[in-house]
Amino acid sequence: MEVLGFLADGILMALEPLNLMLILIGVSVGLFIGAMPGLGSVNGVAILLPVTFLVPPGSAIIFLAAIYYGAMYGGAISSVTLGIPGASTAVATTFDGRPLALQGRASLALVTAAIASFIGGSVANVLFTLFAPVLATLALSFGPPEIFALMLLAFATFVGLGGDDIAKTVFSICFGLVLASVGYDQISGAPRLVLLDISGFLHGIGFLVLAIGVYGIGEMLWTIEQTRGEVTTTTPRMTVSGMLADTKEALARGWKGTTIGSFLGFFVGVLPAAGATPGSLMSYGVAKMVSRAPETYGRGNPDGVAAPEAANNSASTGAMLPMLTLGIPGSPTTAILLGGMVIWGLVPGPRLFTTETEFVWGLIGSFYVSNLAALIINLAFIPLFVWMLRMPFTILAPMIFVLSITGGYAATRDMHDIWLIVIFGLGAFFLRKFDYPLAPAVLAIVLGPIAEPTLRQSLLLSSGDPSIFFTRPIAGPITVIALILIFLPALKYLRRRKPAAAE
Amino acid sequence: MHFTKRGFLGAAAAATLALAPLPALAQEWEPSRPIDFVIMAGPGGGADQIARFIQSVVEKNDMTSRPLVPNNKGGGSGAEALLHMSQVRDTDHTLLVTLNSFFTTPLRQEGLGIDVETFTPIAMMGVDPFVLWVHKDQGITSFDQFVEEVKAADGEWVMGGTGKGQEDSIVIAYMAGAYGLKIKYIPYDGGGAVAKDLAGRQVMATVNNPAEAKGFYDSGDFVPLLAFSDERMESYPDVPTLKEMGHDFSYYNQRAIVGPPGMSEEAASYYRDLFTRVYESEEWQSYLVSESLSPLWMDADGQRAYWQKQVENHRALLAQIDS
Amino acid sequence: MRKGELTTAGLLALFSLYLMWKSMELPVGYIRGEGPGGGAWPFWLSLIMLLSCGMIALNWWRGKSPASRSDEPLLDGYGWRTLFLVGGGIIGFVALVNVVSMYGAVAVFLLYYLRFLGRHGWPLTLAISLLTPLGMFFFFEGAMQITMPQGMAFTAPVFDVLYEIIY
Repeated sequence: MEVLGFLADGILMALEPLNLMLILIGVSVGLFIGAMPGLGSVNGVAILLPVTFLVPPGSAIIFLAAIYYGAMYGGAISSVTLGIPGASTAVATTFDGRPLALQGRASLALVTAAIASFIGGSVANVLFTLFAPVLATLALSFGPPEIFALMLLAFATFVGLGGDDIAKTVFSICFGLVLASVGYDQISGAPRLVLLDISGFLHGIGFLVLAIGVYGIGEMLWTIEQTRGEVTTTTPRMTVSGMLADTKEALARGWKGTTIGSFLGFFVGVLPAAGATPGSLMSYGVAKMVSRAPETYGRGNPDGVAAPEAANNSASTGAMLPMLTLGIPGSPTTAILLGGMVIWGLVPGPRLFTTETEFVWGLIGSFYVSNLAALIINLAFIPLFVWMLRMPFTILAPMIFVLSITGGYAATRDMHDIWLIVIFGLGAFFLRKFDYPLAPAVLAIVLGPIAEPTLRQSLLLSSGDPSIFFTRPIAGPITVIALILIFLPALKYLRRRKPAAAE
Repeated sequence: MHFTKRGFLGAAAAATLALAPLPALAQEWEPSRPIDFVIMAGPGGGADQIARFIQSVVEKNDMTSRPLVPNNKGGGSGAEALLHMSQVRDTDHTLLVTLNSFFTTPLRQEGLGIDVETFTPIAMMGVDPFVLWVHKDQGITSFDQFVEEVKAADGEWVMGGTGKGQEDSIVIAYMAGAYGLKIKYIPYDGGGAVAKDLAGRQVMATVNNPAEAKGFYDSGDFVPLLAFSDERMESYPDVPTLKEMGHDFSYYNQRAIVGPPGMSEEAASYYRDLFTRVYESEEWQSYLVSESLSPLWMDADGQRAYWQKQVENHRALLAQIDS
Repeated sequence: MRKGELTTAGLLALFSLYLMWKSMELPVGYIRGEGPGGGAWPFWLSLIMLLSCGMIALNWWRGKSPASRSDEPLLDGYGWRTLFLVGGGIIGFVALVNVVSMYGAVAVFLLYYLRFLGRHGWPLTLAISLLTPLGMFFFFEGAMQITMPQGMAFTAPVFDVLYEIIY
């Protein structure tokens, strides 16, 4: 097969001494950047720039891909050890990763995340290699109505995520969606919900501001208050045999989530507007939905770590596809990658695959190598991250607060957002006391900015006729499935109520 | 011809610098901390790419003692960036990369209280023309045919753009007004998303900067029908301009570097010198060609006059859209 | 807890009303041929928030949620003290950023927390609270090219020296 030949060349190119060295450095750097709350692969660009002047463009983009992979693995580390999702793609990882860490099983959570990430990345790489052009066409057939239907499906998979109190869950979802609409109305081009007319709200409320506030400040305050400052996360000493046991357990208890995440994540990641975050959220939701013991999710189920982690790696690879085949960014990082290509004198677009064969396949080859390198380096660093948890809580806690504030600033560059983080944190502390589930709000603030504009673009297309979501060949079935999933729990609930009422 | 133009521009720039007051003193000022390089748009868009390209040229040739640090402030169509510039404390270490929202946003959001004419002109790096594109499967090859098809669609002709009041919507509104077209306009959140939905035929036509559509033009998917430039573009010599059609209208996106109000004269002349060198660099000159930007070098007074003219133009254009 | 549950719901209801009122700056209805107006999304979702608060209050009245049956206080003396010392510390930290720069504020906050809340010895406290901001400076400004807020003019000489080192 022609493709395999190209791929072999690409992998060989990635294994050249200079490129291999760049991959190892890139993955390690990415791992640590990704592990910092607030920083992500986007920030890796700053490190990249000087490097691009020293090495050929092919090596530069391989270095970038390595940082990208490393950061994807690193996101799980802050989710598990600090309980703060460092990037929106790692939100779902906190749901089960954090409980595992609190049970003293941080190493199991980290090993599961690493292995699931590797498998997710590998599946995505293979799919990418074999089906890139076909998938590019598929990606183009998703217009606003299709993306909106997909968002509806993402919400549907999360119906069961909230607490027992339905009113509070509904409140939380709507709260997140409303916060997402603060700042600017894309459709009419007018400022919107500029709260108290403070200009800082003009750029909206970012996902990270809410997530760092809720998890980095609110949840930490709650933990300190609940445990009276005596947090004991009895983490066993890390040994090689312990790691091996964790690996076995991770494979045994996380394979289902890994499988779901790998495939679902990839297909959602391929769609330009969606990206890795909805992919990882949907995978978590689906894994929980098909699980025989859904009640164990959120309490430290390795499947709940594996699904989103496999998905976000798989989706991040998928997100490279529209970039390479069409020249369209699927995420901020790929957007900057595209800018990089222009700087290096390449023309991103549909012809890149044919005119710059060596470059494209060198990059794809580096995906394979980076993925493997990231797995090994990540596993090697796990003892270090677990060791961090052994620090006295009176040192760890202020460090987490400091990381939350500095990381928050690094991401937004605005003191206004830092104050918001503090306000959200204190608010979240009280809401947590009254059992308001806050995860739905955090998810809603990620999905809201995709859902609302696509809904309204669709209705503009159809002159205000909502049937557009049912009549289009791809949007129709997705919408129907999403609606069934949303109303299924309600129907079940009613049917259970009926016999009870008859008695 | 191209060469002489460049030479002329360089000479003009040098002359401007020589005329600047106290050149000796101006050379002494140097930035002492990283330079906040504010971008009026989110990451990935045209303005962002240009800013990062400039940053890399500066970095590569080691032109400054402190780095330019890109800082995306795209909120509220650039209102966020303009407010940041007008409130910034360290006026000597802050620069803004602008597009035309520099003119339109203060006009559309008068509550901001921004007067762009108080800003400090630094450099005009070039202007970006606009082109009307359709997908090849639409089967349209000329602008006349386009006008016919749009009229036949009777209000069902869908075009994508980056939002009401944005550059492309101004162009579309003018075109629609001039030819009596009824167009359904769908706003997207960036030029890349617009190009993608034209490639997927979710929308029927767009008005984009050539840089954003270039990849699809090279592959033959996009067909350019009309340019909104003053003269025919070098990269698209067969595409007629709206001016040839008898309408006195051309529209460009400015790619300029601007300092905040109150920047000291020493710092301003340091940056003017810096960006003159960037402008004359081989990298920037070939970028102008590859991205189909038009050169429009001006000195500081020229820029001030240009701003004044643009604010007036945009006031009139926006009034037309709203009516 | 019981009083707190209702108070929280009441405050959230007021906040929802504010959001609804603020949304009405843009059209909240369905514009014919165009779909919902610019304010519709936040307006109707805020209305659902308001209704949810009503449901929460109803559940409170019927005594259905755990908090509405609990007689425990929301926070005991220790709880309020912790919240005040830790939460107040964070607020102080953020307030100091524009005075003594981000790095200065980090040092002050760590010193406060480690010494007065964590009761660690001076050597450890000083080591961590001085080395952390310094390490952060080189990480953020040097490696990541992110400039943090620099505080009032008197911090400038320190930064001039530090920048001289990195560049």
